[in-house]
Amino acid sequence: MYLTDEEKSILDGQHGVGNMKAMELLVALGKAFDAEKLIPISRAHVALSGQEGDTYWCELLVDGGAKCKVSPTTNPSWDVENLTKFYDVTEEERKLGERTIDVYRRIGAKLTFCCAPGLGTNVPFLGEHIAFSESSATPYVNSVLGARSNRESSVSALAAAVIGKTPYYGFHIDENRAGDFLIDVDAEMGDPYDWGILGYAVGKIAGTRIPVIRFKNLTKNPRPEDFLYFGAEAATSGSVAMYHFVGITPEARTIEDAFKGKKVPPFEALIDQAALDKHEAAISVGETGIINLVMLGCPHYTFDQIKEVDEMMGGRKVHEDTAFWILSSIDTLVLAERSGIRQRLEKLGVRIVADTCIDEPCWKSFEGGLGVTDSPKCAYYRERRGQPFVVRRLCQCVEAAINGRVK
Amino acid sequence: MDKDFKVYKCRCIVKGSCSGEAIVSKDPMCFYLCDPKTGIVIERNHAIHGKSIAGKILVLKSGKGSSVVQVDGFYQLKAQNTLPAAIIIRDTEPVIVSAAVVTGTTMVDRMDTDPFEAICDGDYVEVDADAEEVHVRRNK
Repeated sequence: MYLTDEEKSILDGQHGVGNMKAMELLVALGKAFDAEKLIPISRAHVALSGQEGDTYWCELLVDGGAKCKVSPTTNPSWDVENLTKFYDVTEEERKLGERTIDVYRRIGAKLTFCCAPGLGTNVPFLGEHIAFSESSATPYVNSVLGARSNRESSVSALAAAVIGKTPYYGFHIDENRAGDFLIDVDAEMGDPYDWGILGYAVGKIAGTRIPVIRFKNLTKNPRPEDFLYFGAEAATSGSVAMYHFVGITPEARTIEDAFKGKKVPPFEALIDQAALDKHEAAISVGETGIINLVMLGCPHYTFDQIKEVDEMMGGRKVHEDTAFWILSSIDTLVLAERSGIRQRLEKLGVRIVADTCIDEPCWKSFEGGLGVTDSPKCAYYRERRGQPFVVRRLCQCVEAAINGRVK
Repeated sequence: MDKDFKVYKCRCIVKGSCSGEAIVSKDPMCFYLCDPKTGIVIERNHAIHGKSIAGKILVLKSGKGSSVVQVDGFYQLKAQNTLPAAIIIRDTEPVIVSAAVVTGTTMVDRMDTDPFEAICDGDYVEVDADAEEVHVRRNK
């Protein structure tokens, strides 16, 4: 791998330990993927998590004198000040939350605390070279916006932000963005939930390959939330970081375009309504009965989604033994408040919280009980913390909240 | 000639030299879905659900899932000393490489044969990442 004299001197430790560690990781990745060189990036997004492994790495860099050359936006941790009014955490957990915020401040990050940067807080344009971590954000910026990012880990995205560069391999190179195989989809696509199920089905087939998806009888084009849910699930059931929707996404104006001059293969799979129904049934298995929590916003809910919850609630109150939280970004929260929706929902027992992820210690008082969510990704990651979640469509989540139980 | 003993070439991703009993996962893994205390895989419907990876030579298809919890998964296992001794990976993927580099977990890829053919659960495997070699003694 070619390194400039300056890059070599960083690797040799002449610019401090923090810069050296960051460069070591970039070079290790570059070598693993046969990158010829490093290239400058113009944006970064770090999947900060408030988890020890990640905070440890950021401290290692900043305490070694590193600062971000490209200020990255960040994923959520949890709103320590607000949520500790509602829920108990240990002193250790609170300290880790505060330590995380402090260390990312010191390294020079832009603390957006939102896991859907491509929808508002950090929007790259077509062809821009960037380093985005967060498994649901990477497919969005690559596929929907046409920017160029590899499937970065939180640690490699931070290293790239510190150095201002990333190894030149994978999705940064034109020919690697071509589709690998074709899937036909013939199904009714409604709300983001349907797109999430489709993403789940596609991820299972794709693994690490780039799927090209050809829709038959699609009645309306997907909205940003639909793309986001599709990518989030495709990156959970598989490792999809790039996909093409024929005639819809910018690098797939035609099917030939999507395969970038390679021969268009016959379709490998057809996903029809029956296949999606089967996946929905598989995703929604689990307990039924009394619930203690309804949690929406994995990935973070947009204004339109919060508005939809408000409409579905129709003035009805959440069951007194059930908590109902919507996770969102700070700008969406402010917008919901300014528009009067936040106050209206709060009176009904639906609370909106910004800066917060589903996978944080602030939610542990619900563990042992049953939760409901519209996000398979949420259910998947909550499993480790000991709270089973059942996955339902948004309208069923709302009904479950009102009844205090899920069918 | 010992027909149960073979030496393969591989490529070093993270240096180190270690040996142990093999465990093979034909499913990609998210290390966050392992219990850090025991190293047991807790992800439902996973190829090695219920089995421990602690101290073993893990032959793994690939990494998957979240771009942040993979690293934390490695970190938590490292803190409890339940990481695999080394990982032989078949489909190399950036997030799992990052996690291995940051935690100093020995990792190799590009074995000169399909690792799923060459290695089975219970085989005794030595990974010498510095020499870029994998030694396999088949367990009958």
